[in-house]
Formats: sequence, structure tokens, C-alpha cells
Amino acid sequence: MYVATKGGEVAIDAAHAWLAEERRGDAATPALTDAQVTGQLTLSVARVMVEGALYDPDLAALAIRQARGDLIEAVFLIRAYRTTLPRLGYTDPIDTGAMQCERRISATFKDLPGGQVLGPTFDYTHRLLDFALAAEGLEPTTTREGPVPPKPRVSGLLDREGLMEPAEEGGVPGDVTRTPLSLPADRATRLQVLARADEGFLLSMAYSTQRGFGRTHAFVGELRIGAVVVEMEIPELGFGIEIGEMVVTECETVNQFTGSGVAPPQFTRGYGLTLGRCERKAISMSLVDRALRAEELGEETGAPAQDQEFVLMHSDNVQATGFLEHIKLPHYVDFQAELELIRRLRREAGERREAAE
Amino acid sequence: MDRRDWLSILARAPHDDLIARAAPFAAPHETLRAPEIGSVMVRGRASGTGAPFNLGEMTVTRCSVDVGGTVGHGYVQGRSVEAARAAALIDAAMQGGRAAEAEAAVLRPILAAREALSAKRAAKAEATSVDFFTLVRGED
Repeated sequence: MYVATKGGEVAIDAAHAWLAEERRGDAATPALTDAQVTGQLTLSVARVMVEGALYDPDLAALAIRQARGDLIEAVFLIRAYRTTLPRLGYTDPIDTGAMQCERRISATFKDLPGGQVLGPTFDYTHRLLDFALAAEGLEPTTTREGPVPPKPRVSGLLDREGLMEPAEEGGVPGDVTRTPLSLPADRATRLQVLARADEGFLLSMAYSTQRGFGRTHAFVGELRIGAVVVEMEIPELGFGIEIGEMVVTECETVNQFTGSGVAPPQFTRGYGLTLGRCERKAISMSLVDRALRAEELGEETGAPAQDQEFVLMHSDNVQATGFLEHIKLPHYVDFQAELELIRRLRREAGERREAAE
Repeated sequence: MDRRDWLSILARAPHDDLIARAAPFAAPHETLRAPEIGSVMVRGRASGTGAPFNLGEMTVTRCSVDVGGTVGHGYVQGRSVEAARAAALIDAAMQGGRAAEAEAAVLRPILAAREALSAKRAAKAEATSVDFFTLVRGED
């Protein structure tokens, strides 16, 4: 129960002023700029964009600065801003097969057409703190000129042999920014929810399937990061244009089989796609997507990651933090009731004890 | 170059570059639709090739102008009122007598810069492509 409370305006103003000062930090140190954040904290920016569900690096950078680096607070700011924007339309589905890959690896095939492209990865770094990081002077980046070989989808290679379940067709997908989520949700709706879900939550859910709570035997068939072109039909023109370009991360897993008396066994698919460079999240998403398909694939269910309600209703960090953090706000009246109750119970217990003696 | 081509180049152009290059084409005009910042919902496909789903939004700014009876539409990625107006003015110019001039001074250089940047990143990526070598096992 909530009751309007008054007072505290002066304290709140003072708190805001101090917040601004603390955010700025030592005035003798230069202030951060959005360009520094987008250019040097790229992966924080990507996380705020994907969980904020709005691709705009400059806005994400501003949100990160305003939130003093608290990424969930920054996501909250982006979500709030997003609601003020008029929706100008829906784009055509992006063609990730035509991605200009800056990274593209497969854990299932060594020699794949187009090659294994490592890109700017942490994978083979030693994870030792580099105390020379701040020093000037970078090694020049090596380049390999010449034609870029095409990079066909790995799942397509398996498709050709009929080893892969077909990717299902679908119509106009549901949109949880327009219609509240209802359960059970179809795969398109689930993928939208997972795409904006908290990375930590998805990581833990995915990890739980690896440890045995809804095992899916996932292999990373392909992981690719790079720029894709975004196309959209413009109503007043009557034709489509390339309306933008964005970096996305895609992960496709190849999982153990399905099959029946009539259909021979086939590998099954899990899928992850994120705005920006979010490799850990894309892999997590593909594992959780596959786990959530357990029922439709006729598998044993019951593990947390296979439970739609458990996963979809608890994955959004803005919703979660809103509900969690509200308990620190005034609950004076509720608590007054609790206090009266416990005092009465204690009084009654005392009276019973006296009566018994 | 058809209208789809030039509108696509304008939409993806870096705002500062577009605004600077479009300045000489700022003809007197009537604003049909004032620059408006909005969002579009970007879609993906399950498994890359399957059923569409809503991935997340991106910011877009649009604007429409009338230059002496020619309507120009501008759509740009991101939030820039000036860039959207510049795109609309170039769209109008491309439909009139200054098309060749606008193509040479605005569209071609923007496209060339984008392609150069893209080629540079591709060359860096290819340099990280793994060349596997096979160990001789001495079996023959």
C-alpha cells in the first residue's frame, strides 16, 4: 500500500546536486566525452544498446556517463527515452548471411568456406593485467588485402545434407514493446524477450543447461560479428531503402537430435542475435532459446531454463530492478501494520502464558 | 544511380560529412514535414533464415521538403535534424537540374569514403583469418 508523503524536497535537491558533483569526479581530471565512451568502452555501449533495445551508440554513451557507469541504470535511461520516440515503422529482417564479418568462427568445422576469422578477440589473450596499457604507441594492425571470400552459413552446409532441421517460416511477429508478453509465447516473441534480456541472467541460465539442468548438447556451429545493412520500406516512396547499418552478433548452435518414426534424426537449432558486439550474450541466448524449445521437440522438461515463465518473466533487468529496488522506498504504513501485529501477537502470547501459570 | 541508391547513401552517411557536403545545395524550400526523430523496429530471423522476430529499435530522423514543386524526402540513421533536412534537400536536387553536380559533390564522395572504411576493416579481419597447417604424420 502506498500513501502520498510530503517533505524531503530540500534533501532531494541537495542529493541531486551532490550526485552531479560525484558523477563529475575530481574537477582536475578531464571530463569523459561521449566519443571517448563510444570509442573506448565499446562493449559497455553495446550492452546498454542491446538491453535498452535501442541501437544508438551516442545515446548509450550519454546514458553510461549519466549513470556513473552503472550499466543497468543506463539501460533504464535508454528504455525511458525510447518510450518518447514515435515509431516510424518496422524494417525488413536483416540478412546476417550478408554480414561484413569482423569475426566469424565455427567450433564444428575447421575448414569452412570463408575461413575462421578471429577478429579483435580476447580469446587468446593471457588475461594478465597490462600495466603498459596507458602507454602511447600501438603496434600497427596487420591487414590482408585482396578479395574477401564469401562466408556462407555453417548451418547451410549441414542443410545441404538434410542433417539440420529446417528453419521454420513465420508471419508477422509479436512485439512486446506494443503488446504485453503473454504465456505461452511463440518463438519469435521469446527471441525478442531474450534479445533484450539481462546478459548475466542469460549467462547463468545457459550455464545451468550445460551443468545438466536441461542439457542440450550445444555446439557453436557459427558465431559471427559484423556490420549488416538495415533496409526498410518507405511508405511515401513506395519502395525500400537502406536506412542504416548496425553491428550485430549472431550465434547459431547445432544441438542434439530430434526425429520420429517417419522423420530421420536431424540436428536441432538454437539461435542468438544481439545489437552490437555481445558475444557472451549471443551464445547464452542461443543455448536458452534451444532449452525453451524442449517441449515442442518432445524432450523431457522441468529444468529452470526450459520453463518459459521462469525465464521470460525474470530476464528483464529494468523490470527486475524496478520491483527489487522499490522495497527501499517508504513503506511506513505497511510496516506500521506489521509492528502492530507483532506487538499484539506477543501481548497475547504473554497473556496465555500468565493464564496457564 | 536511381533514387533508391541515393536515398540509401544519404541515410547511412556520417552526419557531419553529409551536412557539410550538402550546404551548397541548400535551396530555398518549404518544409512539408518538419524533421522528426523517431525509431524503427529492426527485425531479424530465427536461425538467420527462418521466421522474423523483433530484435530491437534504432533511431532514425526524417524530414520532407518542397523545393519549387519538387518533393524531397530525407531519412537518416540516428538523431540529426540538420542531416535529415540535408538529405531531403539532396533528394530534391537529385530530381532536378543539379543532379549531376550533387552526385559528384555529395553522393560519390560519401559512398567512396564508406567503401574505403569498409575495405580497411575487411582487410584487418582477413589478416586474422586462421591458416591451418597439417603436421606430417609420417605414415607413408
